[in-house]
Amino acid sequence: MEYGLDKRSNALKTFNTTFIIIWLLIACFPFIWTFWGSFKVRADFFSRADWWYAISAFNTLLETGGQFTSKAYSEAWTEGEFWKASRNTIIVTVFVVSISLFLGTLGAYALSRSTERYAFWILIAALIFRAMPHITLVSGYLFPFFELQIWGILPTTIVVLVAINQPFTLWLLYSFFKTVPKELDESALIDGCSYFQAFRYIIMPVMWPGVITAGLFSLMLAYNDFTVTALLLNQENHTMVPKIQSYLGTNQHEGNLMWAVSAVVSATAPLFMLVMFFQRQVISGLTTGAVKG
Amino acid sequence: MPNKTFFWFFLPTGLAMILFIGLPIISTGIQSFYAQHDQVVKEVKKCDPFGCTVSIVVDQEATSILRDEKPLGKFNGFGTYIDRNHLAIEQISDFWKETNSFGEFINQVTNLPFYKALLFTLTYCLFVTPNVLLLGFIIALSLNAISRKIRGPLIFGTILPMIVTPLVGSLVLFWMIDAEGIIGANLQLMMEDPYLSLKSSRTLTWITIIIYGIWHHSPFAFVVFYAALQTVPQEPVEAAIIDGASRYQRIRHIVLPHIYPVVTFVALISLMDNFRVFEPIIGFSAEGSAQSLSWLIYDNLVNEEVILFGSAAATSMMTIIGIAILLAPVLIRTWKEFRTAR
Repeated sequence: MEYGLDKRSNALKTFNTTFIIIWLLIACFPFIWTFWGSFKVRADFFSRADWWYAISAFNTLLETGGQFTSKAYSEAWTEGEFWKASRNTIIVTVFVVSISLFLGTLGAYALSRSTERYAFWILIAALIFRAMPHITLVSGYLFPFFELQIWGILPTTIVVLVAINQPFTLWLLYSFFKTVPKELDESALIDGCSYFQAFRYIIMPVMWPGVITAGLFSLMLAYNDFTVTALLLNQENHTMVPKIQSYLGTNQHEGNLMWAVSAVVSATAPLFMLVMFFQRQVISGLTTGAVKG
Repeated sequence: MPNKTFFWFFLPTGLAMILFIGLPIISTGIQSFYAQHDQVVKEVKKCDPFGCTVSIVVDQEATSILRDEKPLGKFNGFGTYIDRNHLAIEQISDFWKETNSFGEFINQVTNLPFYKALLFTLTYCLFVTPNVLLLGFIIALSLNAISRKIRGPLIFGTILPMIVTPLVGSLVLFWMIDAEGIIGANLQLMMEDPYLSLKSSRTLTWITIIIYGIWHHSPFAFVVFYAALQTVPQEPVEAAIIDGASRYQRIRHIVLPHIYPVVTFVALISLMDNFRVFEPIIGFSAEGSAQSLSWLIYDNLVNEEVILFGSAAATSMMTIIGIAILLAPVLIRTWKEFRTAR
C-alpha cells in the first residue's frame, strides 16, 4: 500500500521506524538471549551475583577455561536422553503430517464439491471441535486408554494428534479447494473419470501449495504439542516438549536448568529454519481462512 | 457430488473426528458423574493385657479389589459438580450468610479453587484479546509503510513469538524476567528492592502472564491484518486524500470498515485460544498465584496418588460450557446468514 498521493512527514517516518525496531527487539531478543546463554554455565546465565556475568562469562571462564561451552548440549543430548526425545518427535511428526494430509485432502475435497446442506453443518461441527481445549479431550481419553491398555505408546498419540488436527486441516484445505474451479473436475467426470480419479489426477496436481501449507500447520501442531504428549506418553516415549518440562524439575526431584536451556534452543532451531524457508506458505495459510472464508 | 461418493471420501476423517473428539467429550461427560472410590476401612480390635482398643485401618486389599471391579469409581451424580473444588454451592451459601459486605463475599468466593481459576481465565481473556488486536493492527500498519525490499526478514522476526510452542515461549521469557535473569536483575537494581521477584506478588505474576499472552498472540493478529491490508482498494483512499482526510480519518472510515470481518475472525480465534490458557502457567511456574481452568484439569490428571478422573471431567464439562457460551453469538449469526442465504 504505497500511495502515490500519500506524503508522509519525516517525523512520522522516524516514529514508524523506531516503533518497528522496538517491536522486533521485543519479539526476537528473548530468543537471541537464550541462544547466547545456552553456551554459558548455569552460574552465569542464572547469576545470583550479577547479571553481567551472562555477558562477561565470568564463571564459564573459571569452570571451563573458555568464553563459550557446549557442555549443556552434550550432556542434555546424551545423559539427558534428548536424542531419544527428538527421535520420538520425528516419528510423531512424520506420521501425523502424512496421515492428516491424506485424511484431510479427501474430506475437504468432498466438502468443497458437495452442495448438500449437511456439508455446511459438518464444517460448523468442525469449527466447534476446533474450539475444544485439548486438555478437556485428554481428560476424556485417559480413562478409556488405561482400560484398553493403549496408554503411553507412540501410535495412540499419533492417532489422537491426527484427529485433533483434522478440524483445522479441513477448514484450511476446504478454502483452498474452493479456489480450484469446479469445471476442472466436472470435465474430467464427463470424460469418464471416477470421482477418485478426478481427485487424484486432476485436482491434486494443482493443489500442492495448499497441501504444503496444511502440512506445515500439522507439522507445527505435532512438533509443538505439550498437552497431549505430556499426558498420553510414558517417560520412555516422551517427545521434545514434555522432555524440556521434565528438565525443569519439580518439588520431588531437582532438574537441570541448563539442559532445559540447550534443549529449548535445539528444539526451536529446526522450527525457525523451516518457517524461514516456508514463510510465504505459513502466512498464506493463516490468511486464507480469514480473508476468503 | 452424490451422497454415496461423499460418504466414502469423508469417512476416514469423519471417523477420526467422531472417535477421538466426539466420543471423548461423551466419555468426559460420563466420567464427570463418577467419583473415585473411598478407601475401604475396617475395624481392627487389638487386645493387650490392659484391655482392648478398636482402631480403624485402611483395608488395602479390599480397596484394590473394589477399584479393579469398578474402575470408573462410584456413581456420584452431580455431586462432583457442586463440591468444594467445583461450583461449591454449599460454601457459597455459607459465605452469603456469614459475610457482612459484598466485597468480603466476593473475596471469599474467589478463593475457592474453581472460581479462582475462572477469575484468572476471564481476566486473561479480557486483557489479552483487545491488546492483541490493537498491537497486531499497529504492527501491520507500520510494517505496511516500510519499503517492500526489507519486509520479508521483518515479517519473519515478527512472527517468531507465535511459532514457538507456548511452553518454550513462556520459558524463554521467564528466564529473562526471573530474579536471576537479565530483566529481573535490572528491575531489582532500578527499583532498589533486592527482594522484588516474579513469585513474590500475585499481581506481578498475573501481569507477566498477560504480557506473555500479548507477546505470543499479537503476531497472529498481525499476519491476518497484514494480509487484509493488501486487499484494501486504492481508489477510495486516494479520493479521501484529495478530499483532505487526515491519516486517522482514512484509517477510521476506509481501512477499518474494509477489514472489519477479519477483525471479528481474529477476535474469535484469539478468544478461543486464550480461554484455554495453560502452558504459560507451567512455563512461568506460576501455579501458586495463577491457575486457569485448563490448569485445574491438568493438575487433577497428574495427581500423584490416584488420578482424579471425576473431578477433571467435571471441570472439563464446565470449560466446554464456557466455550459454548463464547461461541454462541457467532454460531447464531452464522445460522441466520445460512438461513437467509437459502
